[in-house]
Amino acid sequence: MRIVAVCGMGIGTSVLLKMNAEKVLKTLGIEATVEACDVATARRSAETANIVLTTPELVESLKGLPAEIISIDHFFDLHELNEKLSKALL
Amino acid sequence: MIAFGEGSLAVAVSAVDRDSAIRASGELLVASGRATPDYIDQMLAAVEEFGPYIVIAPGIALAHARPSRSVIETGLSLAVLAEPIEFGSHNDPVRLVFGLAAVDHEGHIEVLAALAERLSDEDFVNSLLNASTNDELGHLLLGETAQ
Repeated sequence: MRIVAVCGMGIGTSVLLKMNAEKVLKTLGIEATVEACDVATARRSAETANIVLTTPELVESLKGLPAEIISIDHFFDLHELNEKLSKALL
Repeated sequence: MIAFGEGSLAVAVSAVDRDSAIRASGELLVASGRATPDYIDQMLAAVEEFGPYIVIAPGIALAHARPSRSVIETGLSLAVLAEPIEFGSHNDPVRLVFGLAAVDHEGHIEVLAALAERLSDEDFVNSLLNASTNDELGHLLLGETAQ
């Protein structure tokens, strides 16, 4: 399982998303690697990813990738991440 | 690495709009020697390009641009706004504007993780909002995220 967390610049939000996604995946017992990257890198990197986590603003610019795109509204809300990742993965 | 350099924290910052709030956090990065003034323009361009998702949680913005030559050293700043400002985000209005400058995509991750961990605690966020001096802010933040 390969998950890519994407934000505009790849140093802020995507890092927070990656961190919280790792926490949630651990509690769900799912083995996955999570990478953080910026939106430009994501178009290449996410070609082989199963899931892309991103912000509502960036969903449009990532359309067309083979990965399932999950939009997250609250990056600190583990409950939301848990719900959306469970739905996609379990 | 000390995430918050000397001069990187300010309480009661007056801002009239999103851009002046971001500018305030950028000026603190410049004042604390983490970035050159060009970086502030890059922070403003980034929010223009990618939208208000830098408002990462209710009331909290993480203003930043990409790693660039305008970054001197990885670091953070915090401007606590005197009055809440609308950023156009679902997490509006914003009272805490953190500035982030990073020299690369990796070096700041632990610092950011430690900060995020603390910001998920509502009491901690309230104590930042209620700090009345820059020193008090420093005491709250440096005690925990400066490792």
